[in-house]
Amino acid sequence: MNTLKALLRRPTVAVCLVFIAAVVVLAVLAPWLTPFDPDEQFVEGLSLEGAPLAPATPYWMGTDLLGRDLFSRLIFGARTSLFIGLLANGMAVLIGTLVGLTAGFVRGWLGSALMRLTDLMMAFPALLLAIALSAIFQPSVWIVAMVIAMVNWVQIARVIHAETVALSARDFVAVERTLGASSLRILFSHLLPHLLPTILVWATLGISTTVLLEATLSYLGVGVQPPTPSWGNIIFESQTYFTSAPWLVFIPGAAIILLSLAFNLVGDALRDELDPTLKGRR
Amino acid sequence: MKIKALTLAIAATLFTTPLWAETPKSGGNVVVTYQNDVATLDPAIGYDWQNWSMIKSLFGRLMDYKPGTTELVKSLAEDYSVSPDGTVYSFTLVKGVKFQNGRELVASDVKYSLERAVNPKTQSPGAGFFSSIVGYDDVASGKSETLSGIKVIDDQHLTITLSAPNATFLHIMAINFASVVPKEAVEKWGADFGKHPVGSGAFSLANWQLGQKLELVKNPDYFQKGLPYVDKITFEIGQDPTVALLRLQKGEVDIAGDGVPPAQFLQFKNDAASKSLVVTGNQLQTGYVTLKTTLPPFDNLKVRQAVNMAISKERIVRIINGRAVPANQPLPPAMPGYDTQYKGLPYDVEGARKLLADAGFAKGFDTELYVMNTDPQPRIAQSIQQDLAKVGIRVQIKSLAQANVIAAGSSKDQAPMVWSGGMAWIADFPDPSNFYGPILGCSGAVDGGWNWALYCNKALDERAAKADAMAAPEQQAERTEAWKKIFTDVMADAPWVPIFNEQRFTVRSKRMGGDDALYVDPVHVPVNYDYIWVK
Amino acid sequence: MLPFICRRVGYALLILLGVTLITYLLLFLLPADPARQIAGRSATPEVVAAIRAQLGLDQPFYHQYLSYLGNLLHGDLGRSYIQRTAVSELIGARLRPSLELMAAGIGFELLIGISLGMLAALKRDSLADKLLMAFSFVGVSAPQFIAAMLFLYFFAVQLGWFPLGGYGGASHLILPALTLGLLGSGWYSRMVRSSMIEVLHQDFIRTARAKGLSRARVVFVHVLPNAIVPVIPMIGIDIGVFMGGLVVVESVFGWPGIGQLAWQSIQQVDIPVIVGVTTLSAVAIVLGNLLADLVIPLVDPRIDIKRH
Repeated sequence: MNTLKALLRRPTVAVCLVFIAAVVVLAVLAPWLTPFDPDEQFVEGLSLEGAPLAPATPYWMGTDLLGRDLFSRLIFGARTSLFIGLLANGMAVLIGTLVGLTAGFVRGWLGSALMRLTDLMMAFPALLLAIALSAIFQPSVWIVAMVIAMVNWVQIARVIHAETVALSARDFVAVERTLGASSLRILFSHLLPHLLPTILVWATLGISTTVLLEATLSYLGVGVQPPTPSWGNIIFESQTYFTSAPWLVFIPGAAIILLSLAFNLVGDALRDELDPTLKGRR
Repeated sequence: MKIKALTLAIAATLFTTPLWAETPKSGGNVVVTYQNDVATLDPAIGYDWQNWSMIKSLFGRLMDYKPGTTELVKSLAEDYSVSPDGTVYSFTLVKGVKFQNGRELVASDVKYSLERAVNPKTQSPGAGFFSSIVGYDDVASGKSETLSGIKVIDDQHLTITLSAPNATFLHIMAINFASVVPKEAVEKWGADFGKHPVGSGAFSLANWQLGQKLELVKNPDYFQKGLPYVDKITFEIGQDPTVALLRLQKGEVDIAGDGVPPAQFLQFKNDAASKSLVVTGNQLQTGYVTLKTTLPPFDNLKVRQAVNMAISKERIVRIINGRAVPANQPLPPAMPGYDTQYKGLPYDVEGARKLLADAGFAKGFDTELYVMNTDPQPRIAQSIQQDLAKVGIRVQIKSLAQANVIAAGSSKDQAPMVWSGGMAWIADFPDPSNFYGPILGCSGAVDGGWNWALYCNKALDERAAKADAMAAPEQQAERTEAWKKIFTDVMADAPWVPIFNEQRFTVRSKRMGGDDALYVDPVHVPVNYDYIWVK
Repeated sequence: MLPFICRRVGYALLILLGVTLITYLLLFLLPADPARQIAGRSATPEVVAAIRAQLGLDQPFYHQYLSYLGNLLHGDLGRSYIQRTAVSELIGARLRPSLELMAAGIGFELLIGISLGMLAALKRDSLADKLLMAFSFVGVSAPQFIAAMLFLYFFAVQLGWFPLGGYGGASHLILPALTLGLLGSGWYSRMVRSSMIEVLHQDFIRTARAKGLSRARVVFVHVLPNAIVPVIPMIGIDIGVFMGGLVVVESVFGWPGIGQLAWQSIQQVDIPVIVGVTTLSAVAIVLGNLLADLVIPLVDPRIDIKRH
């Protein structure tokens, strides 16, 4: 809580937190806030020749290539992008922490094997792996989240591993052992609390990456299934028209950048607050 | 009957008009752009948008088509005759045709080329087309390397014996897979023959930089004197269609091979200056939704008819900016056998609801629609989804890579509905039988086949076989009628929802001459390079 | 030092082996059938089966994988199913454009990143510093395709300063390279900034200033060379990241590089090409990491190699 107060004292971070909160509220209250059904293709939403309409009333942000209201789709898209971002990140953090913690604490052949696995996963070109995985499993919101998590857990695992190794070498752990504490107890009651700041920082920074990755996968056509809107797949459907209907690309694009930026700034500030030694002098 | 006469009349006018309107000039270099690379120029293997017409210009075949039309004419075959029972074709080759390596083309080359296409080692996608030739089964199964049905009499004469009379045989002799190749060049280059093609066509390959460009140059020894008109064609690869268009308007590009991208289409259509650069043509293509007739509830005819009536084809055509014509039957309008009188099932939402209620689905049902994941297919699928929701059918869309959709499409228990956009079906040759066998016939209704509706009507299959046996020229009118009835009878079973026939739009610069039909050639897709010229 | 290098290299080879195995396994799991892709529309099931047998696709997994490995050791990456060309030739033809884009991209990253980081460090805590750091954040928060489309739209379509994508000389290279450079510079500028701040506080800098050397001389001759040191290992890792991640930029700008090849081959289930490209990217990543690992102990004597 002290951390939260410290964060709010920084003006840029406060703005970001407010923005994130606003997006979350919009996403949660989407069904009640949108003027139109995001999936409804209006016959009046397209010109006679089938071109999308520019921003004007009643479609505040114009329509997309199927005559659907962009504003409504954007808000519902926030739901999808945010949900996948949080879910994927949560999974990535969970897997990464488990792997890193185990490897750093247990060491020995299991620890080695886990870290080799991590190195192996790091050697894979992330985007290609994600695309290939999406081709194997028919994409749905859960699959997309899982695919992103599969690609993202590695960074966290490495960091947690390094920290666990450093922590395990410290005196208090040796003391606990001589006192007869079981490994599990040491792990959860003593090591984990020390790791929480790092986990929190990476979790926050990670949301930015997962939001971007979901957008990129949807942009390539292997993300969320239509007609579910996500900010990335709105751009995917409209990209060939971006010279004649640029709002279809730049409005969702701006949304992605702003959300990702907000999480990045918050994460960075968190890192500063929770462990000043991590970054050296400001 | 009328269609055939009309086609002939149009073909005649097309062929004669350029002669008095403008005389083709020889010479000039042409620049054509494509987005995707050319996979191979091996005629036995090449089967994509870019290389189809290139191969036609690099190699020769026994038969060919009048430029810009679907009418068969003799090419390497100076003459041919058919035995009275329709099973033996005797060809006399034109004398003095040379391959681009200097050697004269003889009858044994024709035999070699056809055997090569059927041989499984070549991995030709077109091997199956030659199944009517005697000896096909032995070569296809690997037991033999020679087709016993092809006999070389001397350098200028050969006969081909079929296992049964086949009305499409001459079309098969005109298809790319039947192109004549020189054995020594194939053996010299082996698997790389596709990158170093040697044929007898109007052009030869001068240069190929993978992923960047290809250059075709005029063959000075081409057996048809006066052709081709242009000296050189440079194909620039990896060009974005939007960029290609802008460069064309600036004069850097002569033909935009991928046509007008959807976004620019409306602007182009409405701008007076650009309008004249676009040539519109019909393709032998139909886009359709397959309904898996073996999977409930699509095993119920009323349900299939209801789906037909619930989808608004006009709206879909509008979504793709009017680049297609709504369809009501499997055959496209340009195909012989198309029924101009056929009305099909109308767009009638109330009627669809009633049919569903009659079938016991008053509350609708849940199902899935598979679609290829490149634009605009998912959009079209979403339009269909909304239309079906109005009658209570709740469709979940599965937008996947092409290969995955194809794999699911033919499987018994997957893909109850498939939107064929981006994948099927364009005719390989201008004959109605090519629209039946693989996609509506029992032989295609297997795992790995393209009959995704798993529709198998044995009675129609028999009629199709009988129609294809009508090989004699005097039976052609009757044959066309027979096919017309077969397809409209297919629609009575409604295994598909025919949605539209896509049109083709090629853009050519002001300095390109030659009849419009050459730029939207239905067979030398997309452009007939042999006959175009520079003003 | 030598045993260290040997161990790392040996380890790297093992990782590459693992990559090929997993890639092959993943592709084996794909529900799509490459034989059908090749056979095309009009092939009968017999023709498809024949093609499948010809390509050895009806063999069990381990058989296919081992024969692939065997060929790999002879330098044969196999033949593309769709393009019917040797994979090595396909990759070779596209390697040069990819390397050009990578070099130019990293070049811009360094140019922009180092200058901005330097400026920010020198004007620490001022408005300029805050703005520059904000800019670096925006850079890393933007998805590549958005930035690419934005630049293409403004600089090529609207202003007409650059050609609309495609391959060619410098004019074609600038826009995609600049896109990559601007987006990636964020990491470098932040690193350079904190590193410079640290160096600026060192005693020897204070001595140099006390001796009367001009500010510019101090910065460029004494501070910068020391501050840039942590950037070097980052370049190594960046090389690896670039090899696998150019798909989007190449696709928007129509740049005929390996990323485009990878994307097309995944769509068409062209297994030999996919495995080839993935392996190549993995090699780049592993090499990049290896270089970075080898460089770090050289530049920072505090790290003891023997303990690794």
